[in-house]
Amino acid sequence: MTMTDTHCPYCSLQCGMRLAAPAAGAAAQVLERPEFPVNRGALCGKGQSAASLLDPGLRLTTPLVRERRGGELRAASWDLALDRVAAGLKAVGERYGREAVAVFGGGGLTNEKGYLLGKFARVVLRTPNIDYNGRFCMSSAAAAHKAAFGLDRGLPFPLTDIARADCVILVGGNPAETMPPALRYFRELRERGGTLIVVDPRRTRTAEQADLHLQPVPGTDLALALGLLHLAIADRRLDADFIAERTSGFEPARSAAMAHWPERVERLTGIAVSQLRSALDLFAGAEKAIVLTARGPEQQSKGTDTVGAWINLCLALGKAGREGSGYGCLTGQGNGQGGREHGQKADQLPGYRSIVDPAARAHIARVWGVDEAGLPGPGRSAYELLDTLGTEGGARAMLLMGSNPVVSAPRAAHVTERLRALDFLAVSDVVLSETAQLADVVLPAAQWAEETGTLTNLEGRVILRQAALSAPEGVRTDLAVLHGLAARLGTPKGFPADPEEVFEELRRASAGGQADYAGISYDRIRAEDGVFWPCPTGAHPGTPRLFLDRFATPDGRARFVPVSYRPAAEEPDAEYPLYLTTGRVLAQYQSGAQTRRVPELNRAAPGPFVELHPQLAERLGVAEGQSLAVTSRRGRAVAPARVTDTVRPDTVFMPFHWGGAGRANSLTNPALDPTSRMPEFKVCAVRVERVR
Amino acid sequence: MRIAVVGAGMAGARFAQQYRALGGEAELTLYGAEPRGPYNRVLLADVLAGRYDPEAIALPYGPQVTLRTGGEVLGLDVVRGELHLATGESAGYDQLVLATGANPVLPALRGLHGPDGLKAGVHAFRTLADCARLAEDAGGAERAVVIGGGVLGVSAARALAALGLLVEIVHQAPYLIDRHLDEEAGRALRGGLAELGVVSYPGNRARALHGGDRVTGVELASGYLLDTDLVVLACGVRPRTALAHAAGLTVRDGIVIDDRLATSAPDVHAIGDCAEHRGTVHGLSGPAWEQADLLAARLAGADPEAHYTGSRPLARLSAGPLEYAAFGEVGEGLPGTDVLRLADPTRGSYKKLVLRGDRLVGGILLGDLATVGALTRAYERDDPLPADPLSLLTTRS
Ligand SMILES: Cc1cc2nc3c(=O)[nH]c(=O)nc-3n(C[C@H](O)[C@H](O)[C@H](O)COP(=O)(O)OP(=O)(O)OC[C@H]3O[C@@H](n4cnc5c(N)ncnc54)[C@H](O)[C@@H]3O)c2cc1C
Repeated sequence: MTMTDTHCPYCSLQCGMRLAAPAAGAAAQVLERPEFPVNRGALCGKGQSAASLLDPGLRLTTPLVRERRGGELRAASWDLALDRVAAGLKAVGERYGREAVAVFGGGGLTNEKGYLLGKFARVVLRTPNIDYNGRFCMSSAAAAHKAAFGLDRGLPFPLTDIARADCVILVGGNPAETMPPALRYFRELRERGGTLIVVDPRRTRTAEQADLHLQPVPGTDLALALGLLHLAIADRRLDADFIAERTSGFEPARSAAMAHWPERVERLTGIAVSQLRSALDLFAGAEKAIVLTARGPEQQSKGTDTVGAWINLCLALGKAGREGSGYGCLTGQGNGQGGREHGQKADQLPGYRSIVDPAARAHIARVWGVDEAGLPGPGRSAYELLDTLGTEGGARAMLLMGSNPVVSAPRAAHVTERLRALDFLAVSDVVLSETAQLADVVLPAAQWAEETGTLTNLEGRVILRQAALSAPEGVRTDLAVLHGLAARLGTPKGFPADPEEVFEELRRASAGGQADYAGISYDRIRAEDGVFWPCPTGAHPGTPRLFLDRFATPDGRARFVPVSYRPAAEEPDAEYPLYLTTGRVLAQYQSGAQTRRVPELNRAAPGPFVELHPQLAERLGVAEGQSLAVTSRRGRAVAPARVTDTVRPDTVFMPFHWGGAGRANSLTNPALDPTSRMPEFKVCAVRVERVR
Repeated sequence: MRIAVVGAGMAGARFAQQYRALGGEAELTLYGAEPRGPYNRVLLADVLAGRYDPEAIALPYGPQVTLRTGGEVLGLDVVRGELHLATGESAGYDQLVLATGANPVLPALRGLHGPDGLKAGVHAFRTLADCARLAEDAGGAERAVVIGGGVLGVSAARALAALGLLVEIVHQAPYLIDRHLDEEAGRALRGGLAELGVVSYPGNRARALHGGDRVTGVELASGYLLDTDLVVLACGVRPRTALAHAAGLTVRDGIVIDDRLATSAPDVHAIGDCAEHRGTVHGLSGPAWEQADLLAARLAGADPEAHYTGSRPLARLSAGPLEYAAFGEVGEGLPGTDVLRLADPTRGSYKKLVLRGDRLVGGILLGDLATVGALTRAYERDDPLPADPLSLLTTRS
C-alpha cells in the first residue's frame, strides 16, 4: 500500500487529502490529511467519495472515433485517433484559415495543462481562438479586481483571515453546499463574536447561519452595494485618511452613490431600509471586515460593475489593503485561479500578461523560441466563441479539454446546435460527457489521482496534486495528448509530457509577470504546504497577503469605479413573470460529468428540480414533486417541483448540474457583461406551468 | 445631433447620465437656473438636519455633457428650434427635453411678502439655496412654524426638530399627509411627531403672518396666534410651465405629454415634475427617473419604441423613528375593494392594504416596515397576491 499526499479533484478550495493506493486491483481510499492548512483534514461528501471516480467501469479507456458524420463512435487505437485529430484540425486550418481552429479549455485543468494548451493554440495551431469555461466562473470578479487593484487574485489573503474578521459580508455564495470545508472559518468567525451577513435571494444553508440575511431581488446586488456606500457617506463613516492616501477616483464614485439613496435602493432590491442600515452598521463598525463575492453577483451582465461596487464600499471604509480586511472572490472551479493565469484566456499570456502588451509578447516569444510577430492577438471570449461555431467567420474545428458546455454554457440548446455544426470536434475527457457524445474523436484522459500537476487555489496558493496510482490501460494524460498532436502537426519539441518539465518552463514564462511563479518549485510546494504567488525567486517566501503597502496599480493606489445600477438584461414581464436563478447543490459538481457517476452522490441528489415558494406553488396549483415546465425566451426545461419558503415568491431556482429535459441552461440568458464577457446565468425571466 | 435639456435638476441630470450610459452620442447641453450643478433634491431635508454636507449630494450627469448653470432659459422658439438664454444668446437644438420641475406654491396669506420678496424669516423649501438660507436662519431661532403638513412639510418639520427647534405644523386638511395616508395613519403620525417635539394642528388654516421686517407669528383662521422665529412654506408645488406655455405648447396642470413623452410641439419632450401624463402630475422622484430613463432609451436608440404607461409611485419616509410607506388608493369604500387593517398601538404600528381581487390597489405601513420590500414590489409590478395577503403584513418569525 502506498500513501500519497494530494488534493481533491473538485472545487477551488483544493482540500488536502491522502490517497491510499493498495496493490493493483483494489480500490483506492481517501484519507484525511489534517496537517494541510486550508481544510485541516475536513472533507465534504464529494471529496470523501472521490475515489469512486477512479473506477474503470465508469470511464473511458479507449479512444473513440466516428468514421463519418452521423456514424457511431467506435473504439480506435491511440495512433489512429491522434492522427484523426491532427488531420481534422489541419484540414480546417488549410481550408478556412488558422483562426477557424479553436481550442476550449477548462478551469479544472492543472496549471501545466492550461499553460501547454495556450502554447499549443498559439505556437502549433497559431490561432487566436482559445478560451475556456472559466469565463463562466469568475471573469467578472477578475475584471473588477484588475480595475480596482491592478491585479487579480481571488483572495488577496489566506482563507483563515475570514475566521479572524469581525464582520464578513458574503454576497451570492453558498459555501455550506459548494465548499463545505470552508464553512468552519465562517463558524469560527461567529464563535469569536464576529458577524456574518449573507446576501442571497435564497435562504440557503449558508444564509441560515448568518446573523443577517439580506434577500434581494435577483440581479439587484449592484443597487445594494451602492445603497450601502450611500449610507456610509450619509452616516459619515468614511475613512477619509485611507481614501486620501491609498485610493484615487473617489469623487465620481461618491456622486454615483448619491443617485442610490436608501428608499430607492429598498424599492430596487426589496430590502427594507432598516436592514440596509443594520448591514452598514455591522460592517462599518467592524475593525476587521471582509466582503466576499461568488457567482451570484458575478454571473450577471453587470457582474464587473457589481463587484466594483462592493470593492468601492471596502475602499470607502478603509477595509482593504490592511491585514484582516479586504475584498475577495470565492472562486468556483478547482483551478479557476491558475486556469486564468497562464494563457488559456483569449486575451492573456502566461504570468497573467496581456496578449496585446508588446513587452509581454516579446518575453513569451523568447521563452517559447518563436517569432513574436507570429504570436496571434486576442481571440473571442468563451460564449462568443461557442456562439459562432460553424458559422461564417466562426471556428470550424475545435479541440476541447476539461469542459462540458452542452450542460454548462448558457442557452445550452443553441450551443449544442453550434457544436454540431462544426466540421470537426475533438474532446478529451475522463468520461463520455454530453459534449464528448457530439465529438468526432474522443480521447480518454487520465485524471487527478493518476497524474501530477499544480493548481492554484482560491487563495492564490499553488498546490501540488501528486499521482497516487497509474491510469488504467488505454488512458493518456492531456499533456501526452498535446505532445502527440504537436508532433503530428510539425512541432516535435516544446511539448513535454512530463508535468514537472512543463512547470519548469511555466516558471520561466511567468517570471516578471503579475502571477509570478518563478520561485515556486514542486519541492517547495511539498515542503511548505503550497506557496502563494507572486513568488519571484527561490528565496522569496511567497505572498499570502497582497496590497499591505501598496496596490498593484501604477501609482500604488486602489481605484474607485463610478458605477450605477442597471436592470438585468431581461426583467420579468407579463409573458415571463418570474425570475429564474441557477446554482449548485451539495452533492453535485458543475455539469455533473464527474459527480453524476458517483452512486452515493447521485443518491443524495438524483436529479434536477425547480425550487419555488409555497405562495407561488399555491397560485400555480402545484404540489411537491409534481412536474413543472419552466420556459424562457430561449427554451424549456421540465423538472419536479420542490416547494420551499427559502426562495423569494417572485423567483424560482434550478440547479444546473444536469443535461437533458431538466437542463437549467436551456433557459439561461447569454447576455454578456461588456467587460468580462460573463453570461447572465444568475437571472432571467421565465414562465412556470404545471405539466399534466 | 444636438440635444438641449432645460432644467438641471433630478430629471434632467438622470436623463443626461442615462443617455450617455446607453451609448447616446449627440452633443448634450444641460441648462440650469440654479447656481449649482445637479444634486439630489430628495435629500434636502437631511441636508437641513445636518446629515449630509451640501456638497455631498451632487448627482452624476454623464461624461461629455456641457453644463450651463446660473441662468434661466427665457424663451423657446419651437419653429426654429431655438432657446433664448439669459445672457442674450440663442442656442439651437435638434431635440429638446423640458425638465423644469416645479415651484413651491405660495399660499394666500396676509403679510407674506416684505419689501423684496418673501418677508424675512419666511422660507420656501425647494432648492439648496433655500436650504442654506433656512439653515442659517434656524441657527439663531428657537421656534418654527411649518405651513402645510404634507410629505414635504413633515420632512422639514422633522429636520428642524432635529436641529433643536420647537416646531409647529399648521395643516388645512383634517389629518397629516392626507394625499397619501388615511385618517388613522395621519393621527398616528401626529402622535409620533409629537414625541419628537413637533406639535401639529390639522384642520387649521393659516391666515396671516405677523411681524414688521421679520416674521414674528402665524395667525390661524381661528384667530389663534402662533409665535415663531421663522416660517417654512410647504403648501405643495406647481409645475413650472411658463416657458412651455409661452412657446405655445399644450399645458394643463403640467406640460402635456403622450406615451412617447412628447409634447404638442415636434422634437420637444417633457419629463419630471413639470410634465402631465394621462392627467397626472406625479411630483415625485421615482416617476421623474422612470420618465428620464425611458426618454434616454428612446433618444439614444437603445429602445426607440419605448412607451411610458405611467408609474406606481410610493411616498416613503425612512429616517429615524418615524417611518412610513404609502402608495396607491388608500381610501375606504372604493367599489369592489376589500380592506385589511392591522394596528398595534403598543408598538406604534399601523398597517393597511386595499385590495381588488388578488391585486393591491393601495397600502400604508407606519411604524413597522419589515415587509415593505415585498409589498411595494407587489404593488409596483401589479403581482397577484397570495391567497392569504396577511402574510404581506407580518414577517416570518
Ligand atoms: C425637500 C424635498 C424633499 C423631497 N423628498 C422627496 C422624496 O422623499 N421622494 C420623492 O420621490 N420625491 C421627493 N421630492 C420631490 C423630488 O425632489 C422631485 O420630484 C424631483 O426633484 C423632480 O425632478 P425634476 O427634475 O422634475 O425637478 P427639479 O429637481 O425641481 O429640477 C428642475 C430644475 O429645473 C430648473 N429650471 C426650471 N426652469 C428653468 C429654466 N427655464 N431654465 C433653466 N433651468 C430651469 C430649476 O431651477 C431646477 O433646478 C422632494 C422634494 C423636496 C423639495
